[in-house]
Amino acid sequence: MAGPAGAVELRRISKSFGSVQAVKSVDLTLDAGSFTTLLGPSGCGKTTILRMVAGLETPSDGEILVNGNRINEVPIHKRNIGLVFQNYALFPHKSVFDNVAFGLKYRDVPKEESRRRVAQALELVRLPGMESRLPSQLSGGQQQRIALARAVVIQPDVLLLDEPLSALDANLREEMRVELKKIQRELNITTLFVTHDQEEALAMSDTVVVMSEGESEQQGPPEEVYNRPASAFVADFLGYSNLLEARVLASNGATTALELTDGVNVNADSANGHFGHAQVKLVIRAEKIGIASEWDGSNGDSILDGTVADVDYLGVTARYFVKVGDLRLQVIGTIDEHPFREGEAVKLRIRPRDCVVLGSA
Amino acid sequence: MAEATAQPISFGGKTSVPSKAWQLLAPALITLFFLLVIPMLIIFVYSFYLFVDVGVDKPAFQFGNWIEFFTDGYYHGAIWTTFRIAITATVVCAVVGYIPAYFIATTTFRHKWLLMLLLILPFWVSFIIRTFSWIHVLGNQGFINATLLSIGIIDEPIKMLYTEGAVIMGMIHFLLPYMVLNIYVSLEGIDRNLVSAARTLGATSWQAFREVTLPLSLPGLAAGSLLCFVLSAGTFVTPQILGGPRDFMFGNLIFDSLMDELNWPMGATLSCVMLIMLGSIVLIYNRIMGLSQVYKSFR
Ligand SMILES: Nc1ncnc2c1ncn2[C@@H]1O[C@H](COP(=O)(O)OP(=O)(O)O)[C@@H](O)[C@H]1O
Ligand SMILES: [Mg+2]
Repeated sequence: MAGPAGAVELRRISKSFGSVQAVKSVDLTLDAGSFTTLLGPSGCGKTTILRMVAGLETPSDGEILVNGNRINEVPIHKRNIGLVFQNYALFPHKSVFDNVAFGLKYRDVPKEESRRRVAQALELVRLPGMESRLPSQLSGGQQQRIALARAVVIQPDVLLLDEPLSALDANLREEMRVELKKIQRELNITTLFVTHDQEEALAMSDTVVVMSEGESEQQGPPEEVYNRPASAFVADFLGYSNLLEARVLASNGATTALELTDGVNVNADSANGHFGHAQVKLVIRAEKIGIASEWDGSNGDSILDGTVADVDYLGVTARYFVKVGDLRLQVIGTIDEHPFREGEAVKLRIRPRDCVVLGSA
Repeated sequence: MAEATAQPISFGGKTSVPSKAWQLLAPALITLFFLLVIPMLIIFVYSFYLFVDVGVDKPAFQFGNWIEFFTDGYYHGAIWTTFRIAITATVVCAVVGYIPAYFIATTTFRHKWLLMLLLILPFWVSFIIRTFSWIHVLGNQGFINATLLSIGIIDEPIKMLYTEGAVIMGMIHFLLPYMVLNIYVSLEGIDRNLVSAARTLGATSWQAFREVTLPLSLPGLAAGSLLCFVLSAGTFVTPQILGGPRDFMFGNLIFDSLMDELNWPMGATLSCVMLIMLGSIVLIYNRIMGLSQVYKSFR
């Protein structure tokens, strides 16, 4: 049941509700068959973007293209887009069969084929033979799968998923994450997924779009967005980061020497951003900083002396707050035997390639 | 309908739920028993008494009144009229009431309470006065006739007052808020995403309404209809004020027996008949739809 994959393009799309600007001039390209995630805190405009693609909201400005054709003026029911709602939105008065077959009714699919396609879709979401149940007789996870089956059975150009996993409990969520991804691969369907959960976004996507207050902050593959945050917001939103003010001391083609605070200097890879300014913002991920009582051989790494101020013991790892001069750095280290204790003197190792400088200082 | 099979409530984890519940219910049950059940039993007993003369009756156990009811076509005609008027009024209310209910439920207007207030506003004026006001609208010198006469569309007033149509009109006027409220409550409970889902799957807005909104609002429509039917079938005021001499309903027969002929045994018999008829309808409704939706609009 390979769906016809469609490429989607949003061009400078905006949406205002009265004085609230929910989406601000977002550009976004979804390659055919790709899995793209809109990631951002609640209220940043993710749902609004989905609803505009589906036709449930009209953009205030900008264009939406599917397979190269502008669809702004195409009414909702003619768009051929599959949407899975956060609360599933199954029709409570219709059986599972009638729910899944709902979209086929309006596509002049003959009865026999409709029955076959519903059965196939239920097979796909691993709930075969559930046709005669009512939604109220299904668990949350099952309802979720039926909602997915209902959206994909019409072979939509694009599949839109609005926080589909957020209502499930943690175990089921991870299981569904894997399964959803598998189904998406199997159907090779262009998918736009919305979540506020960074783990979901990083685990599932080809492209992650980090959003904040209606704007797209950064778009790219998960590793890139995670390792090379383009803004303070992205650095802060994904994982644990240290966001530091730094002064450029000296720079050659390979490394740049930065001063964080009086007497605390680090070397950064010159390739990791613009060092043209005298004052820059430096991002170092907490887990990229090495923590030990002693480091040997430096080969360009910066070794800082610090004192453990706080320990957050997490089992496999621990999150430390380490005082270095008048700085407080977050460090995540794996634990050998026992974690460092409060007040213990430690040495931090910072590698030049882990020092990322933000575009605008 | 789910409410009807609600979980047993536990009071502080003790198992003595029933006795506690009964204690809390007791005042209401005692009041109902003395003010409703006992009087109804008295009326039932009265239906076997013997009518001697105007205002005079004799305790007895005889079926004269019941036989008169079952054999006299006059009563059966009144039953037929009653049902016809009540059903017409209910159907018109359902159709006409759906529109404002849908509007209030789906509007993005921020002050919904104002619209609800407009709906409840008529209750501030006495039902009798509101009924009388129709005389000034439908009468020979009423608003409609006066307007039509003055612009010359008609030469003679149209007879509208004191007809069955006027009775139905008056009833609709009084019943509509009940219907709107009930439909509104069920529309309000429908997840908006359902219509959106139907639309994205290919339904036009009309198809989405027919497939999703309408069926899901049926419980409210049914509850409103039951309420309207029972209220209109039981009334005697509206036909008395707005109906002609032939537009009497079952309630009017009871009123006449009790107040004009002072034939209490017959009045009691007819009251029992009315109670049984409307009671059966409520019971049948309860079997099919469940009554819980009716309570919802009173919350
Ligand atoms: N129909 C609406 N009317 C007014 N404001 C809205 C409407 N829908 C969304 N908004 C506002 O737009 C912003 C973005 O909302 P939304 O797209 O739902 O965010 P998200 O899905 O990322 O949580 C929020 O500030 C929200 O209050
Ligand atoms: Mg949302």
